[in-house]
Amino acid sequence: MAEVRLHDLTKRFAQTVAVSDLSLDIADGEFVVLLGPTGAGKTTTLRLVAGLEKPDSGRIEIAGHDVTALAPAERDVSFVFQQYSLYPHYTVYQNLAFPLRAPARRWATADIDRRVREVAALLRIESKLDNRATQLSGGEMQRVAIGRALVRTPAIYLMDEPLSSLDAKLREDLRIELKRIQRDLGATILFVTHDQIEAMTLADRIGVLSTGRLIQIGPPRTIYERPDNLYVARRLGSPQINVVAPDALPLADVPAGAHSAGIRPEDILLHCDDGIPAEVLSVEHLGVETVILLSLGETHLHTLLGSHPPLAPGSQVRIAVRPGAALFFDAAGNRIPSNLSEPTRETAYGT
Amino acid sequence: MSSGRTGTTAAHSVVDATSAGRRIAAVVVIAYALITMIPLVWILLTSFKSPPDSIAYPPKVVFEPTLEGYVNLFTTRSRQTPEYIESLGPPKTWYDALVRKRNMVITGPSRFADRYMNSVVIGFGSTFLAVALGTLAAYGFSRFRVPLKDDLLFFILSTRMMPPIAVAIPIYLMYRTLGLSDTALGMIILYTAVNVSLAVWLLKGFIDEIPREYEEAAVVDGYSRLQAFWKIVLPQARAGIAATAIFCLIFAWNEYAFALLLTSGEAQTAPPFIPLIIGEGGLDWPAVAAGTTLFLLPIVIFTVLLRNQLLRGITFGAVRK
Amino acid sequence: MAEIRVENLHKSFGDFIAVRESSFTVRDGEFFVMLGPSGCGKTTTLRMIAGLELPTSGRILLDGEDVTFRRGAERDIAFVFQLFALYPHMNVRQNISFPLRIQRLPRREVRRRTEEVARLLRIDHLLDRPVGGLSSGDRQRVALGRAIVRRAKAFPMGEPQGALDAEFRELMCEELRLLHNRIGATTIYVTHDQIEAMSMADRICVMDRGEVLQVAPPIEIYERPATRFVAGFIGSPAMNFLPAQGRLAPGATEIRLNGATVPIPRLHAALDHPEAILGVRPEHIHIADDGPLRGSVYSVEYMGTRQLVTVDTGVGRLKVRAPNTVRVDDGDSVALAFDTRRLIVFDPASDLAVASAAFTETADG
Ligand SMILES: Nc1ncnc2c1ncn2[C@@H]1O[C@H](COP(=O)(O)OP(=O)(O)OP(=O)(O)O)[C@@H](O)[C@H]1O
Ligand SMILES: Nc1ncnc2c1ncn2[C@@H]1O[C@H](COP(=O)(O)OP(=O)(O)OP(=O)(O)O)[C@@H](O)[C@H]1O
Ligand SMILES: [Mg+2]
Ligand SMILES: [Mg+2]
Repeated sequence: MAEVRLHDLTKRFAQTVAVSDLSLDIADGEFVVLLGPTGAGKTTTLRLVAGLEKPDSGRIEIAGHDVTALAPAERDVSFVFQQYSLYPHYTVYQNLAFPLRAPARRWATADIDRRVREVAALLRIESKLDNRATQLSGGEMQRVAIGRALVRTPAIYLMDEPLSSLDAKLREDLRIELKRIQRDLGATILFVTHDQIEAMTLADRIGVLSTGRLIQIGPPRTIYERPDNLYVARRLGSPQINVVAPDALPLADVPAGAHSAGIRPEDILLHCDDGIPAEVLSVEHLGVETVILLSLGETHLHTLLGSHPPLAPGSQVRIAVRPGAALFFDAAGNRIPSNLSEPTRETAYGT
Repeated sequence: MSSGRTGTTAAHSVVDATSAGRRIAAVVVIAYALITMIPLVWILLTSFKSPPDSIAYPPKVVFEPTLEGYVNLFTTRSRQTPEYIESLGPPKTWYDALVRKRNMVITGPSRFADRYMNSVVIGFGSTFLAVALGTLAAYGFSRFRVPLKDDLLFFILSTRMMPPIAVAIPIYLMYRTLGLSDTALGMIILYTAVNVSLAVWLLKGFIDEIPREYEEAAVVDGYSRLQAFWKIVLPQARAGIAATAIFCLIFAWNEYAFALLLTSGEAQTAPPFIPLIIGEGGLDWPAVAAGTTLFLLPIVIFTVLLRNQLLRGITFGAVRK
Repeated sequence: MAEIRVENLHKSFGDFIAVRESSFTVRDGEFFVMLGPSGCGKTTTLRMIAGLELPTSGRILLDGEDVTFRRGAERDIAFVFQLFALYPHMNVRQNISFPLRIQRLPRREVRRRTEEVARLLRIDHLLDRPVGGLSSGDRQRVALGRAIVRRAKAFPMGEPQGALDAEFRELMCEELRLLHNRIGATTIYVTHDQIEAMSMADRICVMDRGEVLQVAPPIEIYERPATRFVAGFIGSPAMNFLPAQGRLAPGATEIRLNGATVPIPRLHAALDHPEAILGVRPEHIHIADDGPLRGSVYSVEYMGTRQLVTVDTGVGRLKVRAPNTVRVDDGDSVALAFDTRRLIVFDPASDLAVASAAFTETADG
């Protein structure tokens, strides 16, 4: 396990700048998740670290050594590919053993066998060890692909959406396993996903990417509560943050230069006697909670309530914003730091 | 041949048209197979006939099989008087006996076995070389940035556009100067040169189909590029390699014109030799047929052996696209 | 359009049984989603319906006609394999009309139907463009167009095998559902993603280990799961299963959990087993000032808008989904209250749910 540093990496493909001036320090034993829309350069970043692409400029260090010019085999990384590339002419067992049989490692057969079975048990594919890679279900293929990375203990694990074709339960279990492996082995992991829940629960730090740039990096809670700009604010949270004109709602302490205000749906309080009136446009039951679309004249707001609120479309409510919860952004979309202390979320009720 | 042609085109009758079409297609294929098989079967039968049976009119379909053709193919014989044959004592082997019935004695082996071995060495040797070189070249063209790639590929293919015999005279002169005339090495080089262009093109297609991700995965797992090629690309290109090898072998095995021109003794292959098998008073048809049958055999065996590889290779990969 | 009936379908690979004696009916015009954990046999079932795989035994009826042993091409079913496999050397029109041209329909008919489909998918302005420069959403519409232009009786859809990103997947699902609403073709869709299933399906078929466990509309699957597996599989995080005292008579409205008494929906049937399992979803537990069950907070997982609180209680560890406005910390002592109408009792012997008021009344109030 080792720390990994990326210095000002840039990678272009013809006209496209896939990764642009990206700098990122991943501490030893840290779990960093890259989050971003399609084409943001997540896969390219992982490929640069693995050595499958050469950066146009910039430097990569693994464990203090400059590896920018090294071949992938010399970098001691393992990679779970987005398109899980299982060798179709091998069985599951042979696929899992493949990295351990690499000339650089030369494990003893008995050790290989033990390790392969251990990882197969972890991923619940013991019974499929003798299947050919082509005779598997989609989810089993993906687990074999993860397994091929986990058999080794490299300097860093690179994982490109490794849980995307698994059912929710298995995904949750593997999330816990990954987290455990990371803690037990002190593994360094760079993980790519689209799923914000996955990012929130796994990451020590989340890096938000957009068109090749690292927009913000920080612990999940910071990214969620104190986004640097509107883009990051919109990337996290479901339903999305409400972005309104700062004067659309009575908000306290609107800083000078505020161009828009962002209010998370859960920060809108209904049934406040001293609130401003709003009309319910729609009520969407999602089981656990209910998403309510409100209209205040021109402005539309999403808000979130518990499972069965006694509200119907058309009814009138009075609303307020939890004091201090609003985020303010300037004309360029950057957040204006609040002059109070950072927003606090006190309990509504609880212990 | 599309089976749709026979059916009507309304949405629901497509179902019937298809099965009717398939039946017709099956009949056509079987009939075609039978027709193409007839000459081959006839050659096989003739190789087991006696010389008089082989030229009997009307042709005999039912006859007493004999190995005379094969014996004649592998031996040289001379005609002797019955008295002389009598004086030799009883025949020592079954083939002596067979030959003596026609008032002949075996004077030695024919050159067929040598020619046949030449064919085997030259045919398989050049096939191996063409496929080996072709695979490496095709891999390079498929995976690396080669300057002028498209032009080079076209150039390689263009060598195949000209009928090879058009360069026969220059090659003849060149070979004489280089001392490659009438040598197995010369023929191997020649056939390899002709085949390698085909091999590169065919194999490039197959290797292009193998996703790069496999090699990338192997390289990250700690294998070198060459090891990845050996462990990952080659096994998956097996089908393509088998198909290419069959094409190359068929060309090298059947080639007649160059063999006739460039080989006369030492390195002569079977194709120019077989028509020269002359018996007493004209062609010895059973011996010619025997030569042809034996000549066909390696290709048949090779194809049957590789057939499994051909089929096995055509499976879906496990890469998500 | 068509109804697909699957009767006792069975498929084994060697001695491994991938699909076991499955029976269900896909109704005419329905959007039918097959859902289940990885490796449960969804794709295999779909491939048998599409005619890409032969069953070991059982029957498949398409509009009452036995098609079990017909080849895929003879079934009048358009299998949508990979939604993105377009022919790169053809333009949009040629791509869409491809299946018609192989059927050798008259030129005019091909033209008419291609344009009709293009209009339906709102890509008629792109018809003469090469597929190379299209956005991914448009490419996907073209691929869909090629599938529906045949006017097949049914559309089995394999999982879009690409590692589509979540956003794109969402877009595609929306597109599929909208298209289904417009043309109403019988569609069978396979997914491992319950959110996708819940939002798209008319009815969901939940499978496990090759067996069909329940076929019902999404809400019913969520609110009235037939078995413990279905209850545990649907919903994330999964339903909590608490050990409770059994031997309940019909009409019972309470259940005992290690000393605590919890009201439950009135039972309609008896539970003879000495033990019972009480199923309660994390979203139906509230952290309250008082409630029948007390425990201490084991961990708090932050999920942005919501948080997942794991609480250790006398009946085991359970998960609670709470808004992020509830501030609790590891080690805090909390009380838990249950949403009575949503509790389900399972029989530990058969794993089946015990019939109760939760199954007969809608829980919405
Ligand atoms: N080999 C390549 N040749 C040309 N362009 C490429 C290549 N690889 C990536 N790109 C481009 O670089 C950009 C970033 O691609 P990348 O695959 O890193 O995105 P991503 O964030 O992984 O997206 P996704 O979530 O869809 O996987 C995209 O615009 C892509 O089209
Ligand atoms: N050709 C085969 N040979 C042997 N076993 C197979 C073959 N194809 C599938 N299986 C097995 O059958 C089971 C069901 O596979 P199937 O592809 O139907 O699963 P699935 O429900 O689609 O799962 P997923 O959500 O992971 O795609 C799996 O356990 C798989 O390993
Ligand atoms: Mg990617
Ligand atoms: Mg599947």
